[in-house]
Amino acid sequence: MTDTIVRTDALSKRYGDRLAVDSVSLTVRQGEVYGFLGPNGAGKTTTLRMVLGLVRPTSGRAVVLGDAPGSPPVVARVGALVEGPGFYPYLSGRDNLRVMARYQGVDDRGVDAVLDRVDLRSRGGDRYSRYSLGMKQRLGVAAALLGDPDLLVLDEPTNGLDPAGMADMRALLVDVAAGGQTVVLSSHLLAEVQEVCDRVGVIAGGRLLAEGTVAELRGATAVLLRARPLDLALAVAMRVSGDDAVEVVHGGADDALRVHAGPELIPQLTRNLVGAGVDVLEVTTVERSLEEVFLAMTGAPMTQPAGSAR
Amino acid sequence: MSGLLGSTRAEVLRLRRWPATWVLIGVWFALDLAFVYVFNYIAYRTGDVSGPADRVPRAQLLAGLLPDAVPSAAVQGTPLFGGAIVLILGALAAGSGFGWGSWKTVLTQGPGRGTTFGGTLVVLALTVVGLVLATFALDLAVSSVLAAVEDQPVDLPSVGALAQGVGTGILVLGMWCAAGVLIGVLTRSPALAVGLGLVWALVVENLLRGVADLIGGLAVVTDHLPGTAAGSLVGALGGAAGDRAPGVQTILTSGTAIGFLLGYLVLFAAGGLVLMRRRDLA
Repeated sequence: MTDTIVRTDALSKRYGDRLAVDSVSLTVRQGEVYGFLGPNGAGKTTTLRMVLGLVRPTSGRAVVLGDAPGSPPVVARVGALVEGPGFYPYLSGRDNLRVMARYQGVDDRGVDAVLDRVDLRSRGGDRYSRYSLGMKQRLGVAAALLGDPDLLVLDEPTNGLDPAGMADMRALLVDVAAGGQTVVLSSHLLAEVQEVCDRVGVIAGGRLLAEGTVAELRGATAVLLRARPLDLALAVAMRVSGDDAVEVVHGGADDALRVHAGPELIPQLTRNLVGAGVDVLEVTTVERSLEEVFLAMTGAPMTQPAGSAR
Repeated sequence: MSGLLGSTRAEVLRLRRWPATWVLIGVWFALDLAFVYVFNYIAYRTGDVSGPADRVPRAQLLAGLLPDAVPSAAVQGTPLFGGAIVLILGALAAGSGFGWGSWKTVLTQGPGRGTTFGGTLVVLALTVVGLVLATFALDLAVSSVLAAVEDQPVDLPSVGALAQGVGTGILVLGMWCAAGVLIGVLTRSPALAVGLGLVWALVVENLLRGVADLIGGLAVVTDHLPGTAAGSLVGALGGAAGDRAPGVQTILTSGTAIGFLLGYLVLFAAGGLVLMRRRDLA
């Protein structure tokens, strides 16, 4: 099952003199949960809007389910929640979904099924404007699920939710992912992506920095080294593994070195350190977290202050 | 076709349950009754004392209240406040979805942008037709009662006259509604759309007509603006109300007015449709 569901080819979008999305080429395969990871304002939403046909690319192109984004046969097979839920505030949750069902030309019976799925059935008769943010987001997911689409695009579904709401949404995402649909899930939260996604695309500053499985992106393990004196240890480690592969990790009074290399380097490294008269206190292998991968790629922390994601 | 039917059913559901729709329709009926019947009837009954009846002969007032006068009476409010009301309806129906984000949701659900927005246009068109037909039915009923009360013969207007009146109402209100839709889509904001639309319909055209008196050649333009065309078509119906009603004109012939109204109607609706199809929904 390696059918490609979404393929973008050097997709770009320019707003004035700002390049919001810069030559993004990504691939989403059938049946996978694809995490689209990046800080706020990285271009996630704009990319997804182009994939959904809501926004025209300035250049490049996207193919969704073998056709142009936004074309009627594609829209019919795609469900989406983009940048927060958007519904008629004066209608009940159920009536909002009934309107959407009519647009899709699907039966009203599907409405109660998706309300059940997002745990909103008992509140389905309440006006949308009285819903909490978490309920509104869940209704957005319900609308996306309506009509049992082949591709589900969920843009930051946990954005703005309180911890309880986030937990509910995560459980729902795990449930949806288990359903076998192809899902594109964008997020600025690593935990979310790490938990449910098969493959991840990392985007920052409008550019797709990397794409691969979570394991691939985390890559090889690193070696953590505590030794005295630190500057001498640093010099030795840099000689052994290359200048760029070593960084000083600040841990208060207890600074350490991180050497980006596999465990196979450890014997050679310790021999050289001891030979140079360095006191080796600790050598361990550590796995990089996705957060560190992200930091290394972008030089910016994932959880930077919320900028404009629009 | 099934896509357009689905979109139409969806829009019927959401516009039917929208309080704003019924408020606007209610206001139209209230204004229609007040300005066509209530005030004129009061003026007629109290005409021998004082009031506008000093200037309008009582017989003419009464004639305007009878069933025979319905074809012109029922549409005399359409160029100005009727137009304003359906313009608000069109602007709200098309423009609100941008602020709510519901267009974004609908366009990822619906059968394609043109067909989706087509549903809105179809339902608004049906609303305008229904509104005009209901107005004629109401006015025929009220005028028949008044005729009976005043011991006048209940002479119903001819089918031809009724058809002409209904057609006039549909064309005038349809044009203004389409104008509202276009401004709603253009501004992507119901508040701005309603405000700008009303300023145009109620103020700017009148001001331009004033300016046209000062600048030669401008009259060619102002004589063919939407409001003038609408007023002229209603004015061409003549009738007891004559050109007393605000906004009613006798500038264009009915043929020219129909041509321009149809042109504006198609232009506005198609403009909204094209914008909706082509523009980014960011």
